[in-house]
Amino acid sequence: MSEPVLSVRNLEVEFANRHRTLRAVDGVSLDIEKGEVLGVVGESGAGKSVTGLAVIGLIDPPGRISGGEIRLAGLRIDDLPPEEIRKVRGKRIGMIFQDPLTSLNPLYRIGDQLVETMRTHLNLSEGAARKRAIALLAEVGIPAPDKRIDGYPHQFSGGMRQRVVIALAICAEPELIIADEPTTALDVSVQAQIIALIKRLGRDHGTAVMLVTHDMGVIAETCDRVAVMYSGRIAEIGPVQDVVRNPLHPYAKGLMGAIPTLAGDTHRLVQIPGAMPRLSAIPPGCAFNPRCGFVFDRCRVERPEPKPQGSQIVACHLYDSSVRNSAA
Amino acid sequence: MSDAVVPRKAEAGAPRTGFQQPGWLRRAAASDLFYSFRRSKLTMLAAFVTLLFFLAAIFASVLAVQNPFDPAQLQLMNSRIPPLWTADGQSPYLLGTDEQGRDVLSAILYGLRISLAVGVLGVLLSGTIGIVLGLVAGYVGGAIDSLIMRIADVQLTFPAILIALLVNGVVKSVFGNRLDAMSMLGVLVIAIGLSFWVQYARTVRGSVLVEKNKDYVAAAQLIGLPAPVIMLRHVLPNAIGPVLVIATINLALAIITEATLSFLGVGLPDTMPSLGTLIRIGNNYLFSGEWWIVAFPGFALAALILSINLLGDWLREALNPKLR
Amino acid sequence: MLAFILRRAIQAIGVMVVVGVVAFSMFRFAGDPVNQMVSIDTSAAERARIRDQLGLNDPVLVQFSRYFVNAAQFKFGTSYQFRQPVADLLAERLPATLELATCATMLAMVFGILLGVHSALRRDSLLAKVFQAISLVGISLPTFLIGILLIYLFAVVLGWLPSFGRGQVVRIGWWTTGLLTLSGLKALIMPSITLGLFQMTLIMRLVQAEMLEVLRTDYIRFARARGLTTRAIHFGHALRNTLVPVITVAGLQFGSVIAFSIITETVFQWPGMGLLFVQAVQNVDIPIMAAYLMMVSLIFVTINLLVDILYTVVDPRLRSTISRPA
Repeated sequence: MSEPVLSVRNLEVEFANRHRTLRAVDGVSLDIEKGEVLGVVGESGAGKSVTGLAVIGLIDPPGRISGGEIRLAGLRIDDLPPEEIRKVRGKRIGMIFQDPLTSLNPLYRIGDQLVETMRTHLNLSEGAARKRAIALLAEVGIPAPDKRIDGYPHQFSGGMRQRVVIALAICAEPELIIADEPTTALDVSVQAQIIALIKRLGRDHGTAVMLVTHDMGVIAETCDRVAVMYSGRIAEIGPVQDVVRNPLHPYAKGLMGAIPTLAGDTHRLVQIPGAMPRLSAIPPGCAFNPRCGFVFDRCRVERPEPKPQGSQIVACHLYDSSVRNSAA
Repeated sequence: MSDAVVPRKAEAGAPRTGFQQPGWLRRAAASDLFYSFRRSKLTMLAAFVTLLFFLAAIFASVLAVQNPFDPAQLQLMNSRIPPLWTADGQSPYLLGTDEQGRDVLSAILYGLRISLAVGVLGVLLSGTIGIVLGLVAGYVGGAIDSLIMRIADVQLTFPAILIALLVNGVVKSVFGNRLDAMSMLGVLVIAIGLSFWVQYARTVRGSVLVEKNKDYVAAAQLIGLPAPVIMLRHVLPNAIGPVLVIATINLALAIITEATLSFLGVGLPDTMPSLGTLIRIGNNYLFSGEWWIVAFPGFALAALILSINLLGDWLREALNPKLR
Repeated sequence: MLAFILRRAIQAIGVMVVVGVVAFSMFRFAGDPVNQMVSIDTSAAERARIRDQLGLNDPVLVQFSRYFVNAAQFKFGTSYQFRQPVADLLAERLPATLELATCATMLAMVFGILLGVHSALRRDSLLAKVFQAISLVGISLPTFLIGILLIYLFAVVLGWLPSFGRGQVVRIGWWTTGLLTLSGLKALIMPSITLGLFQMTLIMRLVQAEMLEVLRTDYIRFARARGLTTRAIHFGHALRNTLVPVITVAGLQFGSVIAFSIITETVFQWPGMGLLFVQAVQNVDIPIMAAYLMMVSLIFVTINLLVDILYTVVDPRLRSTISRPA
């Protein structure tokens, strides 16, 4: 089996202020293969975006990667010096942020932003870069790209700007794209187009995609595999059909219960009572235990380790062979 | 019955939102604790120096060895004596004397009193004008609002010193060029008051516009409280924090403005010198080597303004968590 | 964009009309112009004749329009002190003030931006802290004290620079310049620093604050995510966005530079409009005061208009009227 494009092992990210240190990402491990789309899902504050930023090396002080390792096609990148990780960003890892309205520099023509990015990473002449920029804009679905290339960001709609952002993210042919809530700020009608575009680009170029979202619908539609995060930890990870049809972790069950299905399931929509704990008040043992319907004593003291369970990996004491009391 | 609503609100002072809460002073005091020790130390020093200046001004007549306004106490024989620690120094003239035999330290103490008086009165006047106009503009709205704010816009394009000079010139031309010292002091206060009201008006108007549509103001209107009462008791407390910051910074500006006008020779006359007047007089002796006549008043002025500015900076940050 | 500039131009004319009213009221109502022009023993009939000659008996509106029409042609009447046309006096002094103000503004812009960028990017460096301290002192020291301090140091103690005047000037047409002679340039140094220091600290603080703000924006984060070099991000993307508001403030500051030149010119006995104005205030020479007010307002208003136009050049969002296609 070939090396995964991205391999994260026991990643920890901490944010320190004068009083205490908060752990936003706590022991996350995941792999993404070439051409694969991995969805990372969870509530806001679950650590999904921070994981994405850690991979691309954009955790700013007072935050820092405090443990674990990140490998890009086998090469360890979490401990690279700033100048080296800069060369990785944009060239080997592309990133798409949530809000296309604020992601583009308002004072530069979009063509200049594309050309600048390409010429930073690729050995291209001004003219060649511009030609490529036009081709890229066409590829991401911008009509009349040879004219629009000289437009300023404010002359584009939100959906069109997100296409420009995507073009910027892929312009140096990266092996991995991290899309951080790429559709959250967009109109519902545009969301599907953008998701389809990201999926198509990933397939056409063989790019691995890490899609961070809180929208289970997007995950179900787009991803090959999905990682469910809760309080900075991965609760469950596995192929998307399995996790959606047969979620194992009680939190994942709750999340999946929250998507209405067309099949007309007789199940009622499940609500998860309570809210995710703040980073400063994560309970001991399993972080989910105060909200869990299946909680038992062990959950309150011992933190569950991720363990394989069929095609999925789940961090829950319910699936520990020594306890096994079927709850599903 | 419904009366009870308003006093209760008045006790609470303001709704819970916004950063100027009723407990802002307490909160500022609490948040100040987060400050690094060094920063606090600088602020404490500034507060101490400012207090010292005010005390020195208040007790000038006790502290000074002579009354520099009283010609009978001045002796030309004692003119141009250098500071005490130099070879030619003479007791009791710690900081030396000027060309009229005036003790420089005494002159500074009395000058400080005048500078601070003009500054404080100027700030009170400009604050009153600005707050009233801001309340009216925000509360009444419409044409009056536009008129006041237009005037504010136009005035804001002109630096305060220019306006102060013009007011000064016009008043003098109306009343003739021979005004006595006390009237000149009044003229300066008016000139400063008319130069610095705009910032207060804008700030107060802004917070009136925010508060105006809140429920508690509507409740006060419903029970028929007159508009001035609503504005003063319910709306104004919300603007106190920023107004205090502006007032502190403007105190420094007012003192600078007074000193500048006096330095330019259109402020207080030599018979009732402020720090600015003293510097203007001393400046004439710079080339003949009598540096102390200008240096010490200059130093006093700079230290005073720096201290007040430091206090203002601290106040602004302590009252506005967004800046941190 | 044209509409925007047109609107600003109309506003500018509005401001000038307001200033004109103020200047006229000063001229007409602050003291009796006739009293200023005659001696004590002038007869009542003579006074009445002068009054009539000056048109002071006409309706106020007529007087105002006459004053305004004259002012538009730079006819501001006769100075009480000098018995000369005010316009000539101002024209003679204009070059000195403009040269000083321009020099000071350039000094303030160049150093203000450099120091501001440095303190934003290296916030914790020793140099940034030194700048911060200097800026606090610079804001706290009144202009005239800085001038006196400089004179004492460089003219009295060291004797390097002249303490007053413009030095040798060269006449080019009606314009006199000190930029072409060594003594003129030497004379320009201390007044420029004195006048520019306050603006410099202001620009420095503004650039620093704006730059820190810009560095936190999403597009800077995205630029970093695209792997652009630190240099390109700081000096391309961030600085350019920082300069948009800085241009406005610096432009507006040029106005207050001219006003503050009143103080600087007095300290250094610089023969400009400011010195003329201070002497006019001292001697209650209303025609000069009114004319100075009009002249300075005209300069302010013109600069504001230029800044607005410059703004549209720098910021494409203001340039085009094409908004987002729905």
